[in-house]
Amino acid sequence: MRAWKTAVGVVLVGVMLFPVYWMVNVSLTKTSDMRADPPHWFPWDPTFEGYAAALGQQLPALATSLFIGLGAVALTLAVSLPAGFALARLRPRGARAIDFLLLVAQMIPAVVMAMGFYAIYIRLGLLNTVAGLIVADSTLAVPFAVLLFRAFMASIPGEVMAAAQIDGASTWRTFRSIVLPLSRNSVITVSLFAFLWAWSDFIFASTLNRNSDVIPITLGIFRYIGNNTTQWNSIMATAVVASLPAAFLLVLAQRYIAAGVTAGAVKD
Amino acid sequence: MTSLRTEPVAVSGAARPAAPRGRARRWTAFAFLAPLIVYLLVFYAYPLYRNIELSVHDYTPRAFVQGDPEFTGLENYLDILADDTFLRALRSTAVFTLASIAAQYAIGLALAVFFHRHFRLAAPLRAMFLVPWLLPLIVSASTWSWMLNSENGIVNAALQAFGVGQINWLTSPDTSLLAVTIANIWLGVPFNLVILYAGLQNIPGELYEAAGLDGAGAWQRFRRITLPLLRPVSLITLLLGLIYTLKVVDIIWIMTRGGPADASTTLAIWSYREAFGTGQPDFSPAAAVGNLLILIAFVAGLAHVRLQRREETA
Repeated sequence: MRAWKTAVGVVLVGVMLFPVYWMVNVSLTKTSDMRADPPHWFPWDPTFEGYAAALGQQLPALATSLFIGLGAVALTLAVSLPAGFALARLRPRGARAIDFLLLVAQMIPAVVMAMGFYAIYIRLGLLNTVAGLIVADSTLAVPFAVLLFRAFMASIPGEVMAAAQIDGASTWRTFRSIVLPLSRNSVITVSLFAFLWAWSDFIFASTLNRNSDVIPITLGIFRYIGNNTTQWNSIMATAVVASLPAAFLLVLAQRYIAAGVTAGAVKD
Repeated sequence: MTSLRTEPVAVSGAARPAAPRGRARRWTAFAFLAPLIVYLLVFYAYPLYRNIELSVHDYTPRAFVQGDPEFTGLENYLDILADDTFLRALRSTAVFTLASIAAQYAIGLALAVFFHRHFRLAAPLRAMFLVPWLLPLIVSASTWSWMLNSENGIVNAALQAFGVGQINWLTSPDTSLLAVTIANIWLGVPFNLVILYAGLQNIPGELYEAAGLDGAGAWQRFRRITLPLLRPVSLITLLLGLIYTLKVVDIIWIMTRGGPADASTTLAIWSYREAFGTGQPDFSPAAAVGNLLILIAFVAGLAHVRLQRREETA
């Protein structure tokens, strides 16, 4: 009886994801068919020349992005896990002020951050370095991560921690042996987002890393578009490859993603 | 949540003197917070400070390296306010932002209501809507660029079937702002859908049943129950959308670079272009525009905080 609803849902998804389909379709289109009028709606005669070109030229950029993403995740976790714990459990002085700063931090436009980082990096010699980009990319995730960890760690039953403290465990031991293992899911959520944001970053890459030989994939695609406006199958093939982490996350970690989006906005 | 409040009392029993215990506790808390405090100071406060400093000096590329820029006070701000680009960029920012969040919200809400009722495959279909939000912006922006290409884009090919002539989406000043707005709406729908859907989950089902018994139709239930009860979530969604959309650079820069003839130049794009978009970086006015943008976002942010406080006390 509700089959029609499923049918409507499928159509809606089809409309929404049409651009994604189109990206894949174009990535499989022969160069000679790119300018066909009307365009080919389905890749009946697919070619992998776009993918061969993409992988041939963009493999180093993909590796760079992977490395930057992992670095940003490590830095984000190192800063925000203890902070989330302190805010949730140790009632530090100035907690409200930090809350407020974290909210404000999320409002600062990335272009402003980029200028600030540029002015600092040019003095420190960190322009066009992978380390500089890891630090800048981590700022995309840290405020979110602290707020998420704090919310999660506040929900751990107080008895669990009280028991550990009665047994004489130090705060650090309690954090390491009890809170961290219990926080596994929120660590996964934060890691996924921190990775995805660093992987997807364009603004910091295009400002702090624009004269580098070692570039992330987002900048790789941007330069590709600039140099290569005829080879849209290769550009779209690179885009498909650059989307793989997102696809991977959606399939394997969907519940963590939904948890993250909601945690950022709705407090209950 | 409430049980936590009593926990410290239980632990710091009467056997120990309270004062040293309290001090030790404070130091422990501080030690755990220290990395974040250092991080906030070095990677947020300092860049922000540098940005303000940039905006009150005349930084030429040479002064950047040598570190001896001329202090100009508020001159950069007066210059940008007097610049022809300013009013146009302000207008484009308003159009881009308001059209984006209004459409994102309307579409997101319609989808959330649609998916709220259980039917086969509802959950996986809903999950598919996350895709645009998870894709790197460069991927979405370049895909839209090709779809909106004047000669070979699928959008014009489809419109042609309805007898619409060629539209130069990205290369005409009349349509480029519309084109980037469409792409941005597409990007923002998933976020709105997820949050509004979560909000709908919190509305008790009995309300709808009772209304149904009273003979209220679907539209009336939506008007009288869904909309009012969703109000707090809606406001937060719209505000977050506003704050997010104000600072959009990637999608516009990749698709049109703010052009043609500044037609899709928002404040964020203007700032980005002055600083990084030309061969001649001009950081001081760029920083001034950026700070103006922060001011606007900050006002929206204050509204957000106040709203949340009110929700908490309510």
